[in-house]
Amino acid sequence: MSLPSRLSWQAALALLLALLAALMLPLLGDGSAGGATWAVFALLVAAVALSALPLPSGLDGLVLFAGAHGVAWLLIGMIGGHEGAARLSYFLMLAAAWLLAWRLVTVLSGWKLPSRGANALLRVLIPTLFGAWVLIIWEAVVRGTGIPFILLPPPSAVAARIATSVPVLAADVGQTILKSVAIGYVIGCGAGFAAAVLADRFLFLRRGLLPVGNMVSALPIVGIAPIMVMWFGFDWPSKAAVVVVMTFFPMLVNTVAGLSASGHMERDLMRTYAAGYWQTLFKLRLPAAAPFIFNALKINSTLALIGAIVAEFFGTPIVGMGFRISTEIGRMNVDMVWAEIAVAALIGSVFYGVIALVERAFTFWHPSIRGG
Amino acid sequence: MDSFRSKILPVTTILLGIVVLWYVFAVVLNAPFQRDLDRRAGVERSTLEFIGVTLSLKKPTLPAPHQVAANFFENTFLRSVTSNRSLVYHSWVTLSSTLLGFAFGTVLGILIAVGIVHVAALDRSLMPWIIASQTIPILALAPMIIVVLAAIGITGLIPKALISTYLSFFPVAVGMVKGLRSPEINHLDLMRTYNASRGDVFWKLRLPTSVPYLFASMKVAIAASLVGAIVGELPTGAVAGIGAKLLSGSYYSQTIDIFAALVAGSVVAVLLVTAVGLVGRLTERAMGARPA
Repeated sequence: MSLPSRLSWQAALALLLALLAALMLPLLGDGSAGGATWAVFALLVAAVALSALPLPSGLDGLVLFAGAHGVAWLLIGMIGGHEGAARLSYFLMLAAAWLLAWRLVTVLSGWKLPSRGANALLRVLIPTLFGAWVLIIWEAVVRGTGIPFILLPPPSAVAARIATSVPVLAADVGQTILKSVAIGYVIGCGAGFAAAVLADRFLFLRRGLLPVGNMVSALPIVGIAPIMVMWFGFDWPSKAAVVVVMTFFPMLVNTVAGLSASGHMERDLMRTYAAGYWQTLFKLRLPAAAPFIFNALKINSTLALIGAIVAEFFGTPIVGMGFRISTEIGRMNVDMVWAEIAVAALIGSVFYGVIALVERAFTFWHPSIRGG
Repeated sequence: MDSFRSKILPVTTILLGIVVLWYVFAVVLNAPFQRDLDRRAGVERSTLEFIGVTLSLKKPTLPAPHQVAANFFENTFLRSVTSNRSLVYHSWVTLSSTLLGFAFGTVLGILIAVGIVHVAALDRSLMPWIIASQTIPILALAPMIIVVLAAIGITGLIPKALISTYLSFFPVAVGMVKGLRSPEINHLDLMRTYNASRGDVFWKLRLPTSVPYLFASMKVAIAASLVGAIVGELPTGAVAGIGAKLLSGSYYSQTIDIFAALVAGSVVAVLLVTAVGLVGRLTERAMGARPA
């Protein structure tokens, strides 16, 4: 096989960008890049060249990984102390490194590993790489162009802030997540589910509740937050109340839709078995409704978080994520705001991930999970 | 007559029940404040008179439905639509950024879904981050989005629409991924026996199968888009729009105004969702779906 045909388009484009960058040296406007410049170019060209060779499987991934991240590390390292000095060539090299990382993800996605554990590891590794590159590009662009700290702090500053204010963040999480969100979510979803089963039992109730429920789940319910704060006071009950109202209707509508998802054939079969209402419900209709119910649980997991944080903007004791965000914006501590946002995003993702895992275990029979 | 028995009657009953409950709550919630007022003023009232007073307070804890209805009617039909007290005017402001954001969000969501279904690298790296993106409290980001965009010279409709886009691309992307993957394995195998290309499988099997999913998620998306537009008006200090109306109501404890704005938002939401549902049903009929 000839060399050019093994050269992926990402690697070829990376090489082209490096060439363009080489024509527009230096990387930094104040001429401080020095020897690191040569290391950047050498590493990139070496990675492109090595990845084009017929390497044994596994080694190509390693080469790309080392090349892409080495270049990125050098680029971010050289900008330290010279924020805002980067020139176009700097960003061309950054783009070239990113293309290598793209190639790496493509290579990794193609791997078929023999063991289950390794595959699971790969499933985590690929999105992690993507996230890491969002952070790398953010860091390099913000520091390279010298964007003011107030507008957008670099991730390193946010990470430093998280590390130094763990107790504050923990207190906020305890207030917002463990009290407002958790309690509101359980009550809201539970009540929605119970109402749906009840509505399913009585045709009249279903015909009346479903259009109303559909309408209400389309409404901007966050708007009731100031009213709930007026009614239930500043502490967590008012936030939990907003979460209850926000999660109730999606659960109601989805569960009612799910309960009618089982086909006529299956229901007729249950009838020939002389199954009662409850037997049909537990053995046929609830399992058939599971994808809909889990859908509602997933939608609600993000709604609950947003509801609780937004409700805290309208009044709260001096702890809580929404409170921290609104006060720290006022004090121009943007890194603390981003720290709270990062923590919220992390918790929300874990919350969602757990529900998705449970869903996989319960609805293994659905075509979207069997794969198609 | 059938639709009366099966639709209108149950819905009206439920709505009537809600209104009755609302009145009861209005009396119960407003009573402590009024009782306090009466005690200080030394006024003695009969129960009926007391109830009447609690339902016509100027700044009640919970306004009675007829107060909200009167306020809504006055600000919708009795004012010229260009007046900045007119709810039609505020609704229009919110509606325009909702629609723009919804259009962006739907296109973005479909593109992401097509990418995820067809490019393995995207499927494995992007999906978790799409979900993580929705856990970011958007209201916290909204002021920053506005400031950053204003710094590079974008103001007005677009920043609000971008917040709508951010909220509305998610349901479309998730729904379309599910929809594009919903063809049964049998059908995919059939396409393979026909030696169909990926393009053919997409246009002739995956896309038609995903249409019901698309419209279901577009209904969610347009509602989310409206929420985004309203929330986007809160921190930007927008002088117009339903969100601005909510905020000023909450500043001055004008609960009746808050509720009237919520009603206006709800009317807009219902109209939008109904419109999307109608288009969805027409499309499905045009594609040969049997009416359910």
